[in-house]
Amino acid sequence: MNFPKKLIAVLALLPGLAFANEGGFALDKAPERASLSSLQNGAKLFVNYCLNCHQAASMRYNRLKDLGLSEDEIRNNLLFSGEKVGDMMTTALRAADAKAWFGAVPPDLSVIARAKASSAGSGGDYLYTYLRSFYKDDTRPTGWNNMVVPNVAMPHVMWQLQGIRTVKMVEEEDPHDHSKKVHSFAGYEQVTPGTMTAAEFDTATADLVGYLEWMAEPTQGTRKRLGVWVLLFLAGFAMLTWRLNASYWKEVK
Amino acid sequence: MAAFKETKLPADAPAADKALGWIDDRFPLSKLWNDQWGKYYAPKNFNFWYIFGSLAMLVLVLQIVTGIFLTMHYKPDAGMAFGSVEYIMREVPWGWLVRYMHSTGASAFFIIVYLHMTRGLLYGSYRKPRELIWLFGFAIFLCLMAEAFFGYLLPWGQMSYWGAQVIVNLFGAIPFVGDTLSLWIRGDYVVSDATLNRFFAFHVIAIPLVLLGLVAAHLIALHEVGSSNPDGIEVKDNLGPDGHPVDSIPSHPYYTVHDLFGVSVFLVIFSAVVFFAPEMGGYFLEYNNFIPADSLKTPSHIAPTWYFTPFYSVLRATTADFMYVLMAAVAGYVVFIWLKSRLAFKTKAIIAVVALLMIVGMQILEAKFWGVVLFGSSVMILAGLPWLDHSPVKSIRYRPDWHKYVYLVFGLSFVTLGYLGTQLPTPAFTMVSQLCTLLYFSFFLLMPWWSTMGSFKPVPNRVTFHPH
Repeated sequence: MNFPKKLIAVLALLPGLAFANEGGFALDKAPERASLSSLQNGAKLFVNYCLNCHQAASMRYNRLKDLGLSEDEIRNNLLFSGEKVGDMMTTALRAADAKAWFGAVPPDLSVIARAKASSAGSGGDYLYTYLRSFYKDDTRPTGWNNMVVPNVAMPHVMWQLQGIRTVKMVEEEDPHDHSKKVHSFAGYEQVTPGTMTAAEFDTATADLVGYLEWMAEPTQGTRKRLGVWVLLFLAGFAMLTWRLNASYWKEVK
Repeated sequence: MAAFKETKLPADAPAADKALGWIDDRFPLSKLWNDQWGKYYAPKNFNFWYIFGSLAMLVLVLQIVTGIFLTMHYKPDAGMAFGSVEYIMREVPWGWLVRYMHSTGASAFFIIVYLHMTRGLLYGSYRKPRELIWLFGFAIFLCLMAEAFFGYLLPWGQMSYWGAQVIVNLFGAIPFVGDTLSLWIRGDYVVSDATLNRFFAFHVIAIPLVLLGLVAAHLIALHEVGSSNPDGIEVKDNLGPDGHPVDSIPSHPYYTVHDLFGVSVFLVIFSAVVFFAPEMGGYFLEYNNFIPADSLKTPSHIAPTWYFTPFYSVLRATTADFMYVLMAAVAGYVVFIWLKSRLAFKTKAIIAVVALLMIVGMQILEAKFWGVVLFGSSVMILAGLPWLDHSPVKSIRYRPDWHKYVYLVFGLSFVTLGYLGTQLPTPAFTMVSQLCTLLYFSFFLLMPWWSTMGSFKPVPNRVTFHPH
């Protein structure tokens, strides 16, 4: 195509670019789980399922007191391998071993909920969808694959709760080229039930994701509560300075 | 040197007056206060656009104070930097607030400075005799960009690391010295701990010292000639019986209370962001930067922070295809100068030779080099404004109406370039950014001609002021 034609074609199609996105698996919205009991449940799931391989090295165990737990409750229920309640949430799995066994070092989860945000959804949406998108795949070393992160190195840690699922793929005509066929995702199929129903697993995952969002910024509650008072004060202060300014400028002719 | 004159106040004078007298005999405190603010007479018709200079000073102080507290806990080591920022966010009392004020302050600084420069453009604040104020301001802008660039590496996130890698590598595009220069800047063959340490030194002390000096020079130059105003007229042409301009008022108390109001409005907006939206949708605190830097994993989309994106767009727009457009544009501009300008023959000849060398260079050197040249030029050209603007009036108020559309197109091009810089480059986006690049440079390079065209409105003798 010669240049002027290319220019016109590009300019004519410009409005359509407003709708283009980078592709990828559509993300579900993570349900709001902000109650202390949900966050405590999320902390329980996190310590039991995630800290075996991952660490959250910026998070101190005793910070969980912000969630309404006492130091004794933390010590008796959430410390498993001889840590003290003032220690950081580390893991015994060494990075070199993880690389050898899984092919990738499990990332630190301290701020994972902030890191995974994008135009496709919040960090919580990403994690909520990711944790519920594992399916059985015998071609993978772990036996598991994931719709959000294809060929992920992480196994389905909570498989006993969700049960075993496979994906249904259907062959469809490629919308861009009708002579070709593409495999499209057409839903999951429950092969073996888990200890939780689908709804219970969704709620548990939502609790875990809520905890991860809290852990990414433990001061967010304080920040927002304080912000209300700060803005109220500053609004009043601005009113005062406005009238003070007006009173002086009346003298200027 | 005059003999020492001691202020003698009556014995029952207040202690404060006596103390001030003692100081004034030894240090020009009252004189400084009066010359710089108290009895510094400024035009009375300042509008909304005139608040941004004071706000810029406020944010500078804010950044320095929050920066000092951050430096108490931050660790400039590649292995500890990311963790130390999280330590500040979680364990240092009020650390989260200091951190958010500093990150929001950085973006606020650029919003304020861009609006401050817009005021200059609208009202001809850079015109004679205020060219030096503009040049000091331009130097401040360069230092501010350097300060932000060095500061952004410090959290040692993915975007910090890779953004620094990309920008320092740009210096490698300079022929002959490029690679050695990049090595010298980085202190290593790739961005590493060595780079982090030196960027920390630049960010914490080297550039702030230079910035403070430049801000002082900027204000001294301003106070030497006096402030301009939205009508662009010289108020000192019309002095009253007291020796002060009739259209001026003392900064204290009038601009003290005026700026206090402006500051309180700013603080409302600033606090709303700090307390409720410190990430600002990933523009003030980028999502990718919450992943610790990994030299082995390149992010799929490396973009600079929002305030650099207009100039980054110019860099990305300079593709191999665009070189042909640039060659034609340079040739066309030289022809235009030969036909239309009233420069001396020798000057025109030199311009023609330089242009020829440029066109030859555009054939030999790759587009990457010229991209860096245009990237730098898009910033540097701002310094030329006092000598590019030949309009018989200073302020946009008295220019022909159609000039307003020229400014609007320039502003839209700048904002469009900024938006496109945040997006992944597609063929359509590249073409739009190329168009906006041409519009951006044309605004400046053709200004000696378009700024004189059209019918200008009569400029008043007295400022336009409506009593409040």
